[in-house]
Amino acid sequence: MFAPVYFDHNATTPLRPQVLDAMLPWLSEQFGNASSRHEYGRAARRAIDEARGQVAAAVGAHPTEVVFTSGGSEANNLFLKGAAACLKPGLLAVGAIEHPCVIKPAEQLARRGWMLEKLAVDGEGRIEPANFEAVMARKPKLVSVMTANNETGVLQDIDVLAGLAKPSNAWFHTDAVQALGKEAVDFRRWNAAGVHGMTISAHKIGGPKGAAALLLDKRVELEPLIAGGGHERGLRSGTENVAAIVGFGRACELAVQELADYRMQLPALRERLERGLVEMGATLFSSETSRLPNTVYFAWPDLDGETLVGQLDRAGFAVASGAACSSANPEPSHVLQAMGVPSQLARGAVRVSLGMANTVEQIDEFLSTLRRTVSKLQHMIAMAV
Amino acid sequence: MLKLPIYLDYSATTPVDPRVAEKMIPYLVENFGNPASRSHSFGWKAEAAVEEAREEVAKLVNADSKEIVWTSGATESNNLAIKGAAHFYSGKGKHLVTVKTEHKAVLDTCRELERQGFEVTYLDVQENGLIDLEAFKAALRPDTILASVMFVNNEIGVIQPVAEIGEICREKGIIFHVDAAQATGKVDIDLGALKVDLMSFSAHKTYGPKGIGALYIRRKPRVRLEAQMHGGGHERGFRSGTLPTHQIVGMGEAFRIAREEMAEENLRIGKLRDKLLKGLTDIEQVYINGDMEHRVPHNLNISFAYVEGESMLMAIKDLAVSSGSACTSASLEPSYVLRALGRDDELAHSSIRFTLGRFTTEEEIDYAIKLLHEKIGKLRELSPLWEMVQEGVDLSTVQWAAH
Repeated sequence: MFAPVYFDHNATTPLRPQVLDAMLPWLSEQFGNASSRHEYGRAARRAIDEARGQVAAAVGAHPTEVVFTSGGSEANNLFLKGAAACLKPGLLAVGAIEHPCVIKPAEQLARRGWMLEKLAVDGEGRIEPANFEAVMARKPKLVSVMTANNETGVLQDIDVLAGLAKPSNAWFHTDAVQALGKEAVDFRRWNAAGVHGMTISAHKIGGPKGAAALLLDKRVELEPLIAGGGHERGLRSGTENVAAIVGFGRACELAVQELADYRMQLPALRERLERGLVEMGATLFSSETSRLPNTVYFAWPDLDGETLVGQLDRAGFAVASGAACSSANPEPSHVLQAMGVPSQLARGAVRVSLGMANTVEQIDEFLSTLRRTVSKLQHMIAMAV
Repeated sequence: MLKLPIYLDYSATTPVDPRVAEKMIPYLVENFGNPASRSHSFGWKAEAAVEEAREEVAKLVNADSKEIVWTSGATESNNLAIKGAAHFYSGKGKHLVTVKTEHKAVLDTCRELERQGFEVTYLDVQENGLIDLEAFKAALRPDTILASVMFVNNEIGVIQPVAEIGEICREKGIIFHVDAAQATGKVDIDLGALKVDLMSFSAHKTYGPKGIGALYIRRKPRVRLEAQMHGGGHERGFRSGTLPTHQIVGMGEAFRIAREEMAEENLRIGKLRDKLLKGLTDIEQVYINGDMEHRVPHNLNISFAYVEGESMLMAIKDLAVSSGSACTSASLEPSYVLRALGRDDELAHSSIRFTLGRFTTEEEIDYAIKLLHEKIGKLRELSPLWEMVQEGVDLSTVQWAAH
């Protein structure tokens, strides 16, 4: 059976077996609607409460700060649009390298009277501090900067940025979906530093798709995105997806338990891969800066990323060209564009995002496959000239 | 061997059919790819499964699969349909028409639009729970852009005249949205014939998993919506966000089973419901809520006069049933649906909604009948009001003293 090696953990992750075990009862005999008053309902309600506690504990938050949503995209939409709806339009500042599910809602708000400023990044993909401070001086009402970028893996100093934003009195939000499970994520500490909202997602940490959370400082006034029935203290209505929430809670617990091991294992694998890539003449993006331990983003000038990735899949390696979410879109990565990477090089971008299941052997196999594939493609291009 | 409590609350949610769970699990475990990952087979497998499921949802309602957009559930679908259409067509007008008996997901969304400057007419229903078509027509104005009427009511199970309403709306160029969460698998839905523009679907009301639903968005004639969830452009821009493959596969399978087994299943369930009805209507002073003819075969909603509601629920806790809609069970307000039928608070409070389903057995129905006879009898014995009524006192003439 053809079982390709999975090197695309930033797109989504395999479900942890313990998470499956936790979920199964809620997909079979424990099927109650958590709002029902009978025992089936009460059991579901207890399970949700327990999961909420697990999610909160994993990120140093209080359970009442956890708002469950169906996904990270939804949580980002909820924060930005929900907070904006309770404010008079003003300045909204989001990172230039944010995920589309932050940028697109921000652009939507810009069509509704808000002024949108995209915060510049340097050549490595780090938020430019001087520019950031200048934008904060213009007193934005909402700010959103992702903790870790899904394409490059680059980390921002969220507590520092939130501190710089404090004098503006803006609500500060961070999309932490790529950071949870890979870095220490502490909402309590960040909240004290000035972060008011934080998004995390289950399917990035070995949990199921369909569950995520917005961690929310209770002082933030939000208009819900989804009305009807008043669930999640009115912030997100709709019958709760008990199984996915239970899975999310368990996944959060495990992600935090395994974080130390993760942070020991992954950098070594990543370094091995990068050494091999550099030897082959690849350009590495953001390799000099603070990054997630598992992400490698690279390109060969003159090699099309989509083509290379297609060849790699056929050879048994699942990687990504650009972000999963926009891989239908032929435009080069907006992240690389914001970093000033020329289009020609950006079009070759390939992302490898490793996981705990990946091995040294797989890295070595990948490198030799890459060597062959790159050589073949470069040869084909040379022939075509 | 009866498992207690007996589940008679299928309208609150349904168990995941084992066949559905079986189909889902591989997409939770081995085939875990992100369906938007275009670069590898993990993604393609997931995408193929999503499209197969989309086809099944479309088939149940005779729609084109391009007209089916995945959402996280009917609540989200209702929000997307109503807000999405209202905002898109707000240049044409700002008036909406809906019904007092709609689910909170529709009513709360309408209230939100009112706060944004739209005007909403909330129509009364007749005592049987059905809309009066003349009253509906009379509520429409030149600036009406959207009407929302649910197919099957979650509390009383009545079936609204969606076909006729569709004709009226189409003729006047008004977008017609139907919340069909309680309808799939219970009534035939033919979007080739019904002049419905937007239709909300839920998986967990039709033996699928929670957390997944869909919105039908008509393409001929084309209906436009303002998206509510922005991001990676999924679902042709209508609804961004990573698609939960396993949940979608579950919904597809649930809807396939519904299409294949609905006819036979509804006959069986209808017989059981009628047995329950017969078994209870020999109790004195019981009132059926909602029209019995235009009603799904799963639902029985009965008020038991002169029995205190909370005590009654406690007494029959061997039955998992509902009094008032599940989504608002947190508050002890009398059901607004029953109030809309003209029931007073007392009678509304002492009503039970029984909703039967795929796994309901005759033994369970027999048990329920016996239990209710026993408990209602006991509760009425304890009720001073009942005593007075038996003695012929007209309670409405009594001057109650405050203490």
